[in-house]
Amino acid sequence: MSGPLTLFEKIWRDHVVAERADGQSLLWIDRHLCHEGSFHAFDKLARSGRPVRRPDLTFAIADHYVPTRDRAAGPRDPEIATMVRLLDENTARHGITQFGLNDPDQGIVHVVGPELGLTQPGITLVCGDSHTSTHGAFGALAFGIGASEVSHVLATQTLWQKRPRTLRITVDGALSQHVTAKDLILAVIARIGADGAAGHVIEYAGPAIRALSMEARMTVCNMSIEAGGRAGMIAPDDTTIEWLAGRRYAPKGAAWEAAVAAWRGLESDPEAAFDRELRLDAATIAPTVTWGISPEHAVPVTAHVPNPEDEPDTARRAALATAVDYMGLAPGTPLTEIAVDRVFIGSCTNARIEDLRAAAAVLQDRRATVPLMIVPGSSAVKRQAEAEGLDRVFTAAGAEWLDSGCSMCAATNGDMAAPGERCASTTNRNFRGRQGLGSRTHLMSPAMAAAAAVTGRITDVRQLISGAGP
Amino acid sequence: MIPFTTLSAPAVPLRLANVDTDQLLPARFLRKPRADGYHHYLFHDLRRDAEGRPREDFPLNDPRWADAPILVADRNFGGGSSREGAVYALVDHGIRVVIAPSFGDIFYSNATKNGLLPIRLPIEVIARIWATAEGDPTAPLSVDLAAQTIRLPNEAPIGFDIDPFQKECLLGGRDDIDLTLEHGARLEAFERGYGQAFPWRRPATPA
Repeated sequence: MSGPLTLFEKIWRDHVVAERADGQSLLWIDRHLCHEGSFHAFDKLARSGRPVRRPDLTFAIADHYVPTRDRAAGPRDPEIATMVRLLDENTARHGITQFGLNDPDQGIVHVVGPELGLTQPGITLVCGDSHTSTHGAFGALAFGIGASEVSHVLATQTLWQKRPRTLRITVDGALSQHVTAKDLILAVIARIGADGAAGHVIEYAGPAIRALSMEARMTVCNMSIEAGGRAGMIAPDDTTIEWLAGRRYAPKGAAWEAAVAAWRGLESDPEAAFDRELRLDAATIAPTVTWGISPEHAVPVTAHVPNPEDEPDTARRAALATAVDYMGLAPGTPLTEIAVDRVFIGSCTNARIEDLRAAAAVLQDRRATVPLMIVPGSSAVKRQAEAEGLDRVFTAAGAEWLDSGCSMCAATNGDMAAPGERCASTTNRNFRGRQGLGSRTHLMSPAMAAAAAVTGRITDVRQLISGAGP
Repeated sequence: MIPFTTLSAPAVPLRLANVDTDQLLPARFLRKPRADGYHHYLFHDLRRDAEGRPREDFPLNDPRWADAPILVADRNFGGGSSREGAVYALVDHGIRVVIAPSFGDIFYSNATKNGLLPIRLPIEVIARIWATAEGDPTAPLSVDLAAQTIRLPNEAPIGFDIDPFQKECLLGGRDDIDLTLEHGARLEAFERGYGQAFPWRRPATPA
């Protein structure tokens, strides 16, 4: 690689340990995060009898299966208790730092990694979870891997990778009031499709991206995988550096100064070429909601449920009909007439402090008319929210205020919607049955989810706030 | 892992796009030990109706395709969650080849590490395979990894692309950790130089 380089290419170049003639590169991995679902990988390592090469570069947190209620009692389900115990044992055996179930730093791995300063610009970061793309918000190359690759990283601190292609998504202009990073990324996915960025690393750029907070950038990068992207990234700037300063595992003293100097140059060169480019105007984005069973089924809240009969392509028509049928919707229904049975605010997509502030701003002096669960992204976010009094707003609105974990995003800890139930959710996937067998999910921003909780139906938060709605 | 070389066998047509890994293996089964076999959970919720009875219209429930080791689906197969269990479920069921116009990147990589060959082909070719399989469920589809071809009965071979590294691992049934450790000296040299060049990239020692 020479000449002008993209941000991604600069990070890639630094990390190549070896290259094969066929284009495969052995990449050095700076940071590895794992969770209780990583037991398959530890099993594989144990069978091979290999040690962990760099236990100082792996950090573990139980998040996917942990109880959000009565935390101190631990998991009641014996299979879940076993997974949590295996993570304890595996990390202890190999000398890996773990933030356990009752640790003040417990939380969702993609929220805690950045909070602790483990995520930094310029590093490679992997985790056995597809939403690892979140960490790209700091200008890291971060991507999800499977169990075999997790065991490879544990054994070698490297991964074989073929260099992905690059896609730059430039967002011009500014987002309108009450339009958030979640709406932006849903609009992108609707535009390019659920596999639109397959084989690509996405770099988000442009004034609308620069204007985003770190929390909002994490929401954007988090859902890169829902467009099929290998990773999503945003070049570091003052926002990034200020956010990282003083974090526990961030560099200190002279190392901090050296790091900042390096991070300042970590951006795509002006002449760098991307394999693909996409531009959109932030001002055209409205609060966005999904109606179907793929994140690409996203439309402005002012739209209607599509009519499959309008789709000329046979295969696509059948797919739309399946989605409309699964969701129990009538074609042509305005989205704002869809009643919801429950609301979930949480997940690695939208459970950071700003997300909770946005939800609280809507719920202040209002009441939820359907069950509302709020699960903070980390125990630190929970403490911060309580220090700001957000928990009192939530409980006064009738919400359940719970302990941190993946909860009803993955629905593996017992928090789930009943068959046929419709859930307004700040999560990342509206797949069939994702939030429980037969559940129906509508993805949206925290403010929109809070608005849906108040009215009991999908609601344009702009109307609720301006008083034009109920 | 079991090497993959050639296969000539029936193909089960799955005319579905966006078959995400949650459909391949619902999350509630991820906690199960592999030793019990993951085939019990393959397409668990798509295969059954609300009452838990097998759906007659789901191709894998059709006795004619019960043992077909080649699965042919529509675009974006295996998108979503990185769960390798989705691949375990296919492999434990006896699937050796999945053909689709596009795959989730993580699924594709997971497949090649478990002896499951993912093949990208244009939708036009896939539509012909679907039609052939539906016309004659016993019609063999021939797959030759070394030659990088598939062949329908009475047709010329059709080429497909695969990364040479992944091809080598599949053909040899090789664990890529072994391959990596062959670069041990290089890795050690890199590690020393890297630590000196980028000292701040190591996690700081907490105060």
